[in-house]
Amino acid sequence: MNRVTAQVHGWLLLLPAAVLLAVFTHYPAGATLWHSLFSTPKPSRPAVFVGLDNYAAMLEDPVFWESLANNLWFALGTIPVSIGLALLMAIWVNGRLAGRGFLRLAYFTPTVLPMIAVANIWLFFFTPQYGLLEQLTGSLGLPNHNWLGSRNTALGCLVVVTIWKEAGFFMIFYLAALQAVPPNLYEAARIEGAGAWTVFRRITFPLLMPTTLFVLVNAVINSFRLVDHIVVMTKGGPDNATSLLLYYIYDVGFKFWDSAYAAALTLVLLVILGASALIQFVFLEKRIHYR
Amino acid sequence: MTRALETAGGWLLAILWVLPLAYALWAAVHPSEFSVRFVPTAPLTLANFEAAWNAAPFARYFVNTVLLVTLILGAQLVLCTLAAYAFARYEFPGRDLAFALVLVQLMVMPDVLIVENYRTMAQLGILDSTLAIGLPYMASAFGIFLLRQTFKTIPKELDEAARVEGAGALQVLWKVYVPLARPVYIAFGLVSVSYHWNNFLWPIIVTNTVNSRPLTVGLQVFSSVDQGIDWSIICAATLMTSAPLLLAFLLFQRQFVQSFMRAGIR
Repeated sequence: MNRVTAQVHGWLLLLPAAVLLAVFTHYPAGATLWHSLFSTPKPSRPAVFVGLDNYAAMLEDPVFWESLANNLWFALGTIPVSIGLALLMAIWVNGRLAGRGFLRLAYFTPTVLPMIAVANIWLFFFTPQYGLLEQLTGSLGLPNHNWLGSRNTALGCLVVVTIWKEAGFFMIFYLAALQAVPPNLYEAARIEGAGAWTVFRRITFPLLMPTTLFVLVNAVINSFRLVDHIVVMTKGGPDNATSLLLYYIYDVGFKFWDSAYAAALTLVLLVILGASALIQFVFLEKRIHYR
Repeated sequence: MTRALETAGGWLLAILWVLPLAYALWAAVHPSEFSVRFVPTAPLTLANFEAAWNAAPFARYFVNTVLLVTLILGAQLVLCTLAAYAFARYEFPGRDLAFALVLVQLMVMPDVLIVENYRTMAQLGILDSTLAIGLPYMASAFGIFLLRQTFKTIPKELDEAARVEGAGALQVLWKVYVPLARPVYIAFGLVSVSYHWNNFLWPIIVTNTVNSRPLTVGLQVFSSVDQGIDWSIICAATLMTSAPLLLAFLLFQRQFVQSFMRAGIR
């Protein structure tokens, strides 16, 4: 096979996937920027170029700022706890605990359930008056509290549900990494008389750093990507207290049908995702130099 | 001492983790007056499942979801295999740039491009169809990356030997590469099916009739329209929609866990 034929073959093999990627990933990413510079087309008035007007409106939009702030709190609430729990779960499942098969099953099961189903189950847990949580706090003599209907607790409830859903998924990656740690390292540490905590701090944790980074990036993406439970549990309320950025985009784009403003909001989301990609890249580079 | 403490902690967390599901199961198989009264003598019933099944076109939703995940997985397997083969074994101008452009999708997923992709589907005139739900996901960067890494580990000598015997490019791919990458295909298949069985935001945007709605959207329509409906029936419907994946997971637990592991190690 000569070189030119090989080149043509290579491109032909790539072509079908490349076309779909271009149409449904690269084009919409570019079109987001383009359409955000126009007004939303209406039956009476086609889209006109408005420059940065949509972005100016965004800066003035309190719901945008609240959604962004909520999203940061949501990320801060879910990421450290679910990663910490995932690591703990992996160590327990990888260890010699009694019934570790059941433990692994219990931790991982939420991962295979649809978020929408999970949210339905948890909705009842938090429901006022009849809900399980209310029954529990009621029997302890605590006053009634509308967990999902109160500005102070609604976002916290969503954080709990997300941690429950995600921790077992992240556990899998730690489990894979733990099984790849050479056992002679632990033997050497035991001969030296190192305690369990020292072994974790000096051997296990450093070796798990690449996994932690991988899981961290996934967790960050998920905290900006997953809004299914909001649709079921709070619809962004009460009073926008649980509106995350993507949920707000969904509201603006498909309830108010303001596609131009939704495009401007999407661009902010794309910038955030791009920045986290860049951070990952920089860190990975460092790791390679370190080796 | 530490061992006992760890065992207790592990079990406590595990029980906390299965409680929500155990509760849904309890509510679904008991009459609604027992949905928050946990007495062991409560009578068992399947009436909630029957009521849910009859209250909404779940049979149709099941068909739609099965069609959807089959369509997506089928297209992904073909497209990703071809693209991965090109990236792993061919030299062509622009290859590295093209690969970088593929990887962009790992960060900028179709899940966040809902506004523009909806516009495209409207222009194509295919709103409210299974094809419209599936199209953005068919060229999966994740699948291409995973298969490329696998194909790269296959010795070139096998490839060359097959070519000496007169096999064409596609024959070599089918006879040499695909069989050797089988575990990776299984891993990718399980991850893809569970992702798309559970996917919700894009399907709810792009569908609006029973003809194309998948189970997740159907469940949401069912449980939000009928506000007065009791929890036992919603729990039954919830379990019903997750049942196929849940059963598959319980039966093939090891494969599931190993597949998710394999898909995660890059």
